Amino acid sequence: MRIYALHVGLLALLLALHFVLPAYHHGNLARVMVLASYAMGYNLMFGYTGLLSLGHALFFAAGMYGMGLGVQHLGLSAAPALILGLGAGALVSGVLAALALRTAGVAFMIVTLMFAQAGYLTVLYFGALTRGDEGFVIQQADRMLWGIDLSLEGNRYLAALTLFGTCLMLCLWLVRAPFGRVLVAIRENEERVRMLGYDVFAHKFAVMVMSGTMAAAAGAAYGLLFGYVGASFASVQYSIFPLLWVLLGGAGTVLGPFIGTLFMFYLIDLSSGVTTAYMLIAGVALVLLTLFAPQGLMGEVRRRVWRGLP
Amino acid sequence: MLLSTRGLSKNFAGLRAVEDVDFDLPKGEIRALIGPNGAGKTTLVGMISGRIAPTAGRVSFDGQDITALPAHQRMRLGMAYTFQITSVFGRLPVRENVALAARRHLRGTAVEAAVESALARVGLSDRASQEAGDLAYGHQRLLEIAMGLAQSPRLLILDEPTQGLAEGEIDSFLHLIREVAQEATILLIEHNMRVVMDLAHRITVLNFGQVLAEGTPAEIHANPAVQAAYLGGLPDAATG
Repeated sequence: MRIYALHVGLLALLLALHFVLPAYHHGNLARVMVLASYAMGYNLMFGYTGLLSLGHALFFAAGMYGMGLGVQHLGLSAAPALILGLGAGALVSGVLAALALRTAGVAFMIVTLMFAQAGYLTVLYFGALTRGDEGFVIQQADRMLWGIDLSLEGNRYLAALTLFGTCLMLCLWLVRAPFGRVLVAIRENEERVRMLGYDVFAHKFAVMVMSGTMAAAAGAAYGLLFGYVGASFASVQYSIFPLLWVLLGGAGTVLGPFIGTLFMFYLIDLSSGVTTAYMLIAGVALVLLTLFAPQGLMGEVRRRVWRGLP
Repeated sequence: MLLSTRGLSKNFAGLRAVEDVDFDLPKGEIRALIGPNGAGKTTLVGMISGRIAPTAGRVSFDGQDITALPAHQRMRLGMAYTFQITSVFGRLPVRENVALAARRHLRGTAVEAAVESALARVGLSDRASQEAGDLAYGHQRLLEIAMGLAQSPRLLILDEPTQGLAEGEIDSFLHLIREVAQEATILLIEHNMRVVMDLAHRITVLNFGQVLAEGTPAEIHANPAVQAAYLGGLPDAATG
């Protein structure tokens, strides 16, 4: 009960903030919520199952380009374009899962990284369609979802909140369900899980597709809400970001990805207001946090305050 | 026969760890598998449970040929396996360790009932909320057995279950296994001769990967080939 109160309470707080936040932070928070959805997808694999992927930008970009190319070249409206983005994410993550899950540990990291790089280069290679690095803008007329104009700030915030809320509740339900408990057990001791009679590969495959599809949903939403699709979102940087956000916020906690994304976003935002060497300040803060809260912010909360936090 | 192997063999890079083993285990029996170190006991049990792929031969369980089945599917047919080196989920609560075992075949409130019953049988009920990694070694071994029980197996495979247990703990272990044997067939690898002689209905002796002898505890104890294999005679029951 307390657990649901906490998570629904956060969503209620975010809804309340919609009415009171000044425009600048209002826009930031919308962005953070979409990126946090991406991080939550990542966390399902990394935090709960112990699968460290370095290639999630591939899934984020699959969603973004599935949506964006659908709008740009197939003339789709927003809703079917979003579905196309989700489908692209599910397909790409399914194929990569079938290949990469034959490996484990460092090899898994390298295989996912290489495939994501191949994806990035593919985007550049088909520059005629994707406009490569330069990217393309999703026109305001194409950003209408069921008559709602997503280019307007208020609608954009509420759409981001809807996505975030859906992903949050999905994650919360999933990790408390028997399926999610098996994922945690795989992270802790894979061989024991196998000898308890669970199909480890099937569980890993399923969670990788869920993780990739959630990342793709965030990618598609990002393109639609902020009106831009570009190759930088497929670059290795966007594979590293969710890892950092999740580590900072607390791997294997449902709220961790949001806290980590929010923290990192404002850390860079505030420090870049102080100095041009803002990455230095961000770096020092990260080092301090790793030293004094190695399990991330929500991981510390779980360790010190609330043992049963999911 | 609950479990049979025919011509089961395993070579590791030319080394014959297990060679041409025909092994039959009838339903309801407690069978001990003994032999000197390196005799191939763990390899044989590994091939039975599906952890190790055989080089040649077949395994059948309850009349079904399971040679090609992966380990997790064999467990689903009604096997349970406890590891020689304690292998619990150290950072998860004791209760969750057992619940993971129970949830493979149960759902809802039946899980809790199975968990409570398994923990009660091994005497860990009052430690259910502790992290498994915080348990004493002997208690972790008991937790392993509770995880086996929660699967309601037809065949329970125990790989050196008493290793590292104190004498007093061994007595309650013997009592527990006799009780479990009412419902499940038991195959145990064991070094402690007191446990073997006390518990087993029949004993299979492996030596250099082959079956050296098979019989009741009394027959095995009197068998000269077995005594020779153990250099200087079978360790006495009293000294373990």
